[in-house]
Amino acid sequence: MTRRTNRLMWIAAIGLVMALAVGLSLYALRSGISFALSPSELKAAEITPGQRIRLFGLVEEGSVKRGEGLKVQFTLTDSEETISVSYNKILPDLFRENQGIITEGVLSPDGRFMADNVLAKHDENYLPEGMAEKLKTKGVWKGAAQSEGGEK
Amino acid sequence: MIVELGHVALVLAFALAVIQSIVPLWGTLTNDDRLMATSDTSSLGILLFVAISFASLMWSYASSDFSVVNVWQNSHSQMPFLYKLTGTWGNHEGSMLLWVFILALFAAAVSVFGRNLPRRLSANVQAVQAWMLSTFLLFILLTSNPFERQAVVAEGQDLNPILQDIGLAIHPPMLYLGYVGFSITFAFAIAALIDGKIDSAWARWVRPWAMIAWVFLTAGIAMGSYWAYYELGWGGWWFWDPVENASFLPWLSGTALLHSALVMEKREALKIWTVLLAILTFSLSLLGTFLVRSGVLTSVHTFASDPTRGLFILAILSAFVGGALFLFVLRSSKLEAGGLFAPVSREGALVFNNLILSASAATVLIGTLYPVVYEAVTDAKISVGAPFFNLTFGLMMLPLLIAIPFGPLLSWKRGDLLAVAHRLLFALIVAILVTIAVGAFSQKGQWLAPLGLGLAAWLMIGSFAEIVQRGAFSKVPLKTALRRLLGLPRSVWSTAFAHFGVGVTLFGIVCVTAYETETITVLKPQQTIQVGQFTLRHEGFLTTSGPNYSERSAQLSIIRNGEVVDIARPSKRFFPARQMPTSEASIHTFGFSQLYLALGDVEAEGNVTLRIWWKPYITLIWLGAVVMVLAGGFSLSDRRLRIGAPKRSRRSKANLAPSKDAGSATHA
Repeated sequence: MTRRTNRLMWIAAIGLVMALAVGLSLYALRSGISFALSPSELKAAEITPGQRIRLFGLVEEGSVKRGEGLKVQFTLTDSEETISVSYNKILPDLFRENQGIITEGVLSPDGRFMADNVLAKHDENYLPEGMAEKLKTKGVWKGAAQSEGGEK
Repeated sequence: MIVELGHVALVLAFALAVIQSIVPLWGTLTNDDRLMATSDTSSLGILLFVAISFASLMWSYASSDFSVVNVWQNSHSQMPFLYKLTGTWGNHEGSMLLWVFILALFAAAVSVFGRNLPRRLSANVQAVQAWMLSTFLLFILLTSNPFERQAVVAEGQDLNPILQDIGLAIHPPMLYLGYVGFSITFAFAIAALIDGKIDSAWARWVRPWAMIAWVFLTAGIAMGSYWAYYELGWGGWWFWDPVENASFLPWLSGTALLHSALVMEKREALKIWTVLLAILTFSLSLLGTFLVRSGVLTSVHTFASDPTRGLFILAILSAFVGGALFLFVLRSSKLEAGGLFAPVSREGALVFNNLILSASAATVLIGTLYPVVYEAVTDAKISVGAPFFNLTFGLMMLPLLIAIPFGPLLSWKRGDLLAVAHRLLFALIVAILVTIAVGAFSQKGQWLAPLGLGLAAWLMIGSFAEIVQRGAFSKVPLKTALRRLLGLPRSVWSTAFAHFGVGVTLFGIVCVTAYETETITVLKPQQTIQVGQFTLRHEGFLTTSGPNYSERSAQLSIIRNGEVVDIARPSKRFFPARQMPTSEASIHTFGFSQLYLALGDVEAEGNVTLRIWWKPYITLIWLGAVVMVLAGGFSLSDRRLRIGAPKRSRRSKANLAPSKDAGSATHA
């Protein structure tokens, strides 16, 4: 085998594997991503029932209602729209009213959001990405003491 | 006073780093030995000054000096002493200082252990390291000064409670030792490109450094994974979180680098590729630093973002990566190609390893950066979740996992696949038996567990095929064979154990993924619940207080076969300084498996909500990594890999030839 054919062969192999990796990634990206939306964005967007999304917002004051067992209902707001969220698992430590959280789940036909995961960042000043700017522009956000020092 | 001393030391370190960025390089250009030799002294000086600086920050933390803004923001006088110390790097400024301290440590290590490197190479390497040191020192001094003062305040704001943990004491330094360790291989690559000279000796010098970095990175990632597992209370051990990916990417390419440097050392082939990989690995470390520090990606790990910092690191990143790649394009054509080899050969197997590892790294990179790019283009926020990574990364790695046992058995230049397959017959039979046995107990359509466990068995047994073959048990008496095994080069043992470790980790991953059970329940006092083979009984509550928190824990008896085997105390802690609660999971190890209890809300009537997982064989995930780390460490003790002992290796190279039946074309 000459050096030339040898090199060509390896280049072909590299191209093939890389193409495979990229192709696989593109395929997986079609279903593996989920949109992160605030309540008003969710209302504006066309979401097919059953499509997984991330919904972020502030837990509205006085909206948390505990049901039987672990069932809990609360309202998420972005100061324009609100959406009622149902959840049936253990809430994170930092879940409380007026706290910015992210929920993952699907929108049910009746307009409620069925969450199967609730994330509250381990930082008392945390607001979901983009929320802080949004609330600041609307003048709703009281402004946290300081935003330094997250984690790790 | 001590704080100002630390600040001054940092400035001095910067000044010295700027000098070292230029003088040794000037020396190699003008062939001036004295100028080149300055780097040996100046890199020790930089280390000294950075160490003084780091020590004074640590001292401010230890003494709770709240006149330092950084200490005030991240410490509290009532925190346990250990966490006061580790709080030094539990924040942006301190962790960047730790980053630079380790960079200086490695740079100085090159000057101490690299005494027998060629003068020019050593000077160039140290100059390149000084470039990195000076830019990062400048970054700290301009944007992240940890020594900033303020009017004295009585009490600090406390360290984030979830960081007050022994895991955090060790995890970041470990991870940084790995991350930053690859700066040496980067510096070696750039130095070689500057000089335009690169040969197998270069690979021999680089490989131990790559191995050290890899060992620390592996340990750091595994420790981070375990920390997230027990501290966050989510029961997960890997989240494909951007920051986890940021440390995983250099691990993947660093693993590839370890393997390609082997080819370069033994066969002078893959030179260009190895140099490129050395550059890419550290570039990925820098990218990781950028992603974590800039707040471009939100994650549980990121500190509050600051745009100037992000831009600064982005500038450093583009300068180093862009500059390195430019130099690479300029010079790589000058590098001579090395020995030829057939596709089926040891070299071929190692190239295959590199291909798959880089392609999988590419998929992880795509998934990590896609949300950033997507938002920039469409302004919509998306997240790429675990399903993406599991599908792409999992599928990409599959062929590599199957191929691992073949690699070490193939001979250099031209291998005999059939003969190798013959030697792996035993491993194959066991793997098939495992697959069938597990399949028989699985429900229909569940193919992951049988195939996954079969593959794990294949890896664990197949990894030792080379050792069995070299011992030639069937041909010589047992005693002779055992003596032969003891005489094997240590690298053979480490290869076998490192690959075995991969199998162990895979075994754990498959078991947990396929057989984990999760129960979410509400228990009244004295009520019991059955979880697998265990019965849990709610025994009441306990309120205690720690040094800087109060704790309320539920008590549960863990009963197996009618006997109480352990008491679980999942709890919630409350840290008044930050007004922040944390969950402490209660984890109980039975063999390799764990029972994991996390506490939810406690209701007024004494009812308790619990999330209970049974995690079969989960500890194997980390034990496999421990095996890999030990194997890597053991290979460092091999004479042929010892730092700064490249000359001796020639002598013992004779040991390296595989036994006769593996083909003797090794040193043709």
